[in-house]
Amino acid sequence: MSLNKNGIAKRIAQELQNGFYVNLGIGIPTLVANYVTPELEVEFQSENGVLGMGPFPLAGEEDADLINAGKQTITTLPGASFFDSATSFGMIRGKHVDLTVLGAMEVDQTGAIANWKIPGKLVKGMGGAMDLVASADNIIVAMMHTDRHGNSKLKTKCSLPLTGVDCVKRIVTNLAVIDIIEDGFLLKERAPNVEIHQIVKATEGVLIIPENVKEMELN
Amino acid sequence: MITKTVENISRALEGIKSGMTLMLGGFGLCGIPENLIKVLANSTYSEFTCISANVGVDDYGLGLLFKEKKVKTMISSYVGENSEFERQMLSNEIEVILTPMGTLAEKCRAAQMGIPAFYTPAGFGTEIAEGKEIRTFQSKKYILEEAYQADFALIKAWKGDHAGNLIFRGTAKNFNSIMTGAAKTTVVEVEKLVPVGMLDPNEIHTPGIFVDRIFQGESFEKRIENLTNSSPQ
Repeated sequence: MSLNKNGIAKRIAQELQNGFYVNLGIGIPTLVANYVTPELEVEFQSENGVLGMGPFPLAGEEDADLINAGKQTITTLPGASFFDSATSFGMIRGKHVDLTVLGAMEVDQTGAIANWKIPGKLVKGMGGAMDLVASADNIIVAMMHTDRHGNSKLKTKCSLPLTGVDCVKRIVTNLAVIDIIEDGFLLKERAPNVEIHQIVKATEGVLIIPENVKEMELN
Repeated sequence: MITKTVENISRALEGIKSGMTLMLGGFGLCGIPENLIKVLANSTYSEFTCISANVGVDDYGLGLLFKEKKVKTMISSYVGENSEFERQMLSNEIEVILTPMGTLAEKCRAAQMGIPAFYTPAGFGTEIAEGKEIRTFQSKKYILEEAYQADFALIKAWKGDHAGNLIFRGTAKNFNSIMTGAAKTTVVEVEKLVPVGMLDPNEIHTPGIFVDRIFQGESFEKRIENLTNSSPQ
């Protein structure tokens, strides 16, 4: 059985290491914060200008001056700080942020990503996505393996307008953990009870399948 | 001390004309200069080029400027959540220039700091880079982006004194502190205008030298765009 969005978030949470500053995008990436073990020292950054985000506020405790990049009300944890948006992207471009997790419409086997524009549809803008993908060394894409119509989102070449090139290194989907290497998509792990042929079928680009592909450990 | 205080909002906006380029602080509805926006929306001026992170909602914030058809060109990084804006964009009534958020911020900061242009990796290999100079530094490719040139910067701060020194609150600092002094004239509305000497110089975020006019905002609704709560455990 393939993972749901929470399962994807749970698997990505395992990538967080002690001392990491982490930027989580909108959608599945936001859920990652729910699966971080309390003993891990990590801080969450939001690109509008906060480090050290905590959980959403309880009803009645929200503050109009405290939001994340998705405009949601937030709280801060002890040790938090606020700064302007140029400083915030300085943290990102300057590689002070250790891990970026974001969603995508398409990723291709060269590491290009498309997640901001569909020709013919209403374009809302790229927000901070282009800055994030062009700057971070450590980018994980969190997404479903296929779109609503069953088309693969892991492409030979992105067909949608690009957000960035040569940037994605790892993808976690409802079916698999995949790394992008020179020759294509390298299958690292499969979701519990997902067969390799299902992953092959759902992947358009070149999929490299090592002899032993372990099952994700989610508990 | 050099006094930056003006007695009212109309004095604060003196010199604004149709067709000017305006920077507006805020991100979403957080930290927007809501009093200045209201006055502009009800003014006789229009055809503005606006630089701001977002476009407000239909009936509040920057949204009021679209409702009253005051904007000719919008420079922004994310323009969702406003149906009147969408309508004007789709019918080509306004020109929209989408810019990566970090580039937008840096183009403001560069203008503030007297830097005419800078190289950034954001957007390399995408349509954003089209027609722009590309240079390679340490085998990575960068795009040349130029600082904005604006006539007015409209800013919201939490506290300010008569000398124009500013303190922001929470994530309302966002684009406000980097747009201050980034235009020919910078106008700041504050929630709390205090006499000089009341703010600790150690705690000033933006020194008054960047500010031309400051005034006490009349009222602040401070609407929340996306109220998200945790459920009690």
